[in-house]
Amino acid sequence: MKDGLKVRMSERLAAALREHAMRTYPHECCGALLGRIVTEQGAEEREIVAALALENQRDDSPQNRFSVAPRDVIAAERAAQAQGLEIVGWYHSHPDHPAKPSEYDREHAWPWYSYVIVKVEQGEPGEMTSWRLKEDRKEYEEERIEVHRSEVTK
Amino acid sequence: MAVKVVIPTPLRAHAGGKTAAEFSATTVQEALNKLTAEFAELRRHLYTNEGKLRSFVNVYVNGEDIRYLSQENTPTQDGDTINIIPSIAGGTQ
Repeated sequence: MKDGLKVRMSERLAAALREHAMRTYPHECCGALLGRIVTEQGAEEREIVAALALENQRDDSPQNRFSVAPRDVIAAERAAQAQGLEIVGWYHSHPDHPAKPSEYDREHAWPWYSYVIVKVEQGEPGEMTSWRLKEDRKEYEEERIEVHRSEVTK
Repeated sequence: MAVKVVIPTPLRAHAGGKTAAEFSATTVQEALNKLTAEFAELRRHLYTNEGKLRSFVNVYVNGEDIRYLSQENTPTQDGDTINIIPSIAGGTQ
């Protein structure tokens, strides 16, 4: 895991992501991560302030696939702007599968975004990880999730 | 007045940090050509080596998917907004 590459979120938000993943099990959940990025002295501070649960559009294979409707991407962008935030990433769950991005994830990912993955094992939420695709799209870098107790004002 | 192209957050670093750019253009293709001429780094993210729009790039004009209009030949006029929408998908295997 690269030093300095991290994303912060509150305990409450982390619990909300796990709860969403548990609720949709054995299907994958998905949603937008709204937040802000502050750069101080060259170091990036990425804070996820809110999550927007979205509907998984993959009716054909929801247990191992997710997709977000473009209209939901637009709506999420508008929701972020309305709160003075931006979409800093996306989350989804891996039912009965490690919280590591698959090759299919990589093929469909974008650089810059934080991709948070929640593992759900037999219906119970487990490990949560976050990843950023490198600019050359060839591989991810894992980023540390720093969970804090205080709520961040929107 | 011009056609406004809204740039999604992952691509803003390749567009001088801009959230949007405006061009005089009569089609989506012309607007995107002007966008990628001004910000050359954007081209490899939006187009394949064969010059086709990448499958995980959605383009909307005034809220309408150009796949259901006239693709990149969709006409544009002053005041229109083109949204580049990243396709968001994945899965375990």
